[in-house]
Amino acid sequence: MSIENLKTFDPFADVEEDSGRSNAKTENYIHIRIQQRNGRKTLTTVQGLPAKYDQKKILKRMKGLYGLVETDCWTACNGNIVKDEEMGEVIQLQGDQRKDVHDFLTKRPPTKAEAETMTEKDKAKYGLGIKAATVKVHGF
Amino acid sequence: MADVEQKQRKSVAFSEGSVIMDTNGQVTEAPPADQPADKEVDEVTDMFKGLAKKKKSKKSKDADADAEEAPAGDAEFDPSVLKKKKKSSKTKKLDTGDFEAKLAEAGVSEEAAEETAEEVIPEGDPEAGTGIWSHDATQTIPYSLLVSRFFSLIQSHHPDLLSSGSKSYKIPPPQCLREGNRRTVFANIADICKRMKRSDDHVMQFLFAELGTSGSVDGSRRLVIKGRFVQRQIESVLRSYIVEYVTCKTCRSPDTELNKGENRLYFITCNSCGSRRSVAAIKTGFRGQVGRRKRTG
Repeated sequence: MSIENLKTFDPFADVEEDSGRSNAKTENYIHIRIQQRNGRKTLTTVQGLPAKYDQKKILKRMKGLYGLVETDCWTACNGNIVKDEEMGEVIQLQGDQRKDVHDFLTKRPPTKAEAETMTEKDKAKYGLGIKAATVKVHGF
Repeated sequence: MADVEQKQRKSVAFSEGSVIMDTNGQVTEAPPADQPADKEVDEVTDMFKGLAKKKKSKKSKDADADAEEAPAGDAEFDPSVLKKKKKSSKTKKLDTGDFEAKLAEAGVSEEAAEETAEEVIPEGDPEAGTGIWSHDATQTIPYSLLVSRFFSLIQSHHPDLLSSGSKSYKIPPPQCLREGNRRTVFANIADICKRMKRSDDHVMQFLFAELGTSGSVDGSRRLVIKGRFVQRQIESVLRSYIVEYVTCKTCRSPDTELNKGENRLYFITCNSCGSRRSVAAIKTGFRGQVGRRKRTG
């Protein structure tokens, strides 16, 4: 018993675990990509959102959010969730929403007090509070 | 003296850095080109002070002897020797350092270089003959003044040295042509890849992954990309490619090599500082379905 306990103190095991953790971290990038469709139309994909967020809720917020940030009118884009074997769940949005998605992901979330008092329009001020370093925006 | 030593080392290192950054061709030509202009300046200033001229001409006459003696004299420097002598030897050393670094194989003899430095540089500086810079001033010159003088000199004589010392790295702008309605031709990809020392395939892979599209190479090695893109867009993608896969993160030098190391990882090896880092493989990521579906209904 004691010998087995000693084995768990193997210094190399710790290192391996550390490297494994860092690997997992690099895997956790959120990629925002853009694709050209026919004509001037584009498609924005958001890949690698952390599992702790409910994709459907995020999508709903994103759909409603655009247009509110920059302008005053609601010109929401549409979007849907695609399930991919390799990449997991991916959010697809119509149009070039890279900047707005990035803003939404990196803005700080509302505190509890703010959440109680905020109006529908104030929602645009708050985001998910993800670190900007983990969000990678691709494309031109 | 310690000050002088320090400055020498500093300036030489600076020039070396710039040499590494630059392609040698233009820089090597610069010093001879400067020479005539400075001689003109010499003559003008000579008209105003005869004394200096005498001294000068004497110096240039036995420049050969001076050239060999100067380093020794510099080493056993005694304070009674004129300030000018000190200055000139310093600048001369600097110049020879430049030359040694750059013109080792260019065939310019060291003596010639020293000679020009000897007679050109002290007369050429704008502060000549006033205050602390005067011909026979004996007070020590503060380090900050020397540094500012050094930079003003190098700016007026070798402007390209200063500019290349910074991180300017130039590649030709990408040439984008529209082919038909929905395809873009990236014409000079071969040239750009050659400048960056990267394989066409790697750059292509990156472009396609970033632009979220696909394409092909045509007969004259031009890249045909599906989708409409303008030069600015391609340029920004190339910029990110250079940041990611070309420049050395340690010394910012673009003189690097990309090769496959063990474990299917790609490594960038810097040729100027020797650092080695791994870079991420190019991943296309998720691609949404665009265009026509395979089977409808």
